[in-house]
Amino acid sequence: MTSEPEVYFDSASSTRLHPAARDTLLAALDRGYGDPRRLHGAGRDARLLLENARAVVAECLDVYPDEVSFTASGTEAVHRGLLGLAEASGRRGVVHGAVEHSSVLHAAAWRPHPSTSSIPVDRHGLVDLEALARAAMAPEVGVIALQAANQEVGTRQPVDAVDRPAGVPLLMDAAAAVGHGPLPRHWDVLTASAHKWGGPAGVGVLAVRRGTRWSTPFPGEDTPESPGFPDVPAALAAAAALQAVLAEAEELGRRQFAWIDEIRATAGALPDVEVVGHPTDRLPHLATFSALYVGGDEVVAELARRGFAVASGSACTASSLEPSHVLAAMGALTHGNVRISLSRDTTDDHVRALCAALGDVVLGIRRRAGL
Amino acid sequence: MIELDCRGLPCPRPIIALAKALPGVAVGELLAVVADDPAARHDVPAWCRLRGQEYVGADTADDGVPRHTIRRLS
Repeated sequence: MTSEPEVYFDSASSTRLHPAARDTLLAALDRGYGDPRRLHGAGRDARLLLENARAVVAECLDVYPDEVSFTASGTEAVHRGLLGLAEASGRRGVVHGAVEHSSVLHAAAWRPHPSTSSIPVDRHGLVDLEALARAAMAPEVGVIALQAANQEVGTRQPVDAVDRPAGVPLLMDAAAAVGHGPLPRHWDVLTASAHKWGGPAGVGVLAVRRGTRWSTPFPGEDTPESPGFPDVPAALAAAAALQAVLAEAEELGRRQFAWIDEIRATAGALPDVEVVGHPTDRLPHLATFSALYVGGDEVVAELARRGFAVASGSACTASSLEPSHVLAAMGALTHGNVRISLSRDTTDDHVRALCAALGDVVLGIRRRAGL
Repeated sequence: MIELDCRGLPCPRPIIALAKALPGVAVGELLAVVADDPAARHDVPAWCRLRGQEYVGADTADDGVPRHTIRRLS
């Protein structure tokens, strides 16, 4: 084992709490315990904090506060958002990109419909816009779901270029992209997840634009906001984190983009290693590659032994035996996969040390396999 | 045609078996791998692309396990 502290290269799975969120959370825990629906003082305090959180998130996403709802997770935001759009129009067909997050795939598969379809992507993970437009013309299509950027390979999707039939709303899952540069604008419903941007876990965001038809697909009141007691302190901490992250995003994004270029070049220079995801139209902080003849679990374990925490989309690292549907849809190699995602506290030394280790790790595993 | 039995082997073992068997196959000849690992149906074509070999296609062995056939090009 290394005596150095672990270097965290997995912010795309979950990000360390932003310092601004920590301070806000601690203060809000003492003030935000009341039921925001009550008329007493504690209720009023909680209501003020919750509405403050909503206003800050709205400003950060450039929407109106009454368009912002909090949910219990990003996954719940997708489920409520997507199924609520289908519920409102009664049209149950869902057209989605093949590399969407599993929460979209699960929601689309929940009530099977003949017009539901998964739109193929190219080698970089970019969705086929013509196929998407054709599929959206099918009868009974009630929702188009297209992510802002991909959670595994970083490729940004051309959401603003989607040619959609009148009356078919678009849900944009922005969970991977919020806080990492400008977002597309042509959406009706946006979903996101606070623990991806440095807020606490357990806070999802569901933004439904004014004028969008939405009805609850689940028990409870007919509002996008999750039923049940809201976590007011966490919502406020999520808002504080988002505000702080956006203030840093441009400068941080520039640095991260260059580091990722370096990691991509280092990995790509190794024999039989394929760098996955769009080289330029991508998130600034995320690199993915697949190494031939190497187990995803082996490379994750070997990097961990050297003090680097990374993720993998290979089957042997997943709870199922299936490899990543994202890599499969792109026609990429699914084994030997490594995803590196940078944090706000990543340093030049971290990146240099990682790059220096990659060759040893990959070639060492191959040597032990007799190759 | 050489047929590799990779039943029960997890990824990337079937692909490693392919790579090790390739030198024993003449250029232009076929090589097949029988593998129940679900990653194989993605990774055999990807291996062919990366290594400049031809992916001929998939069928099933007598016991229903997927069989992927490649042609050695170089």
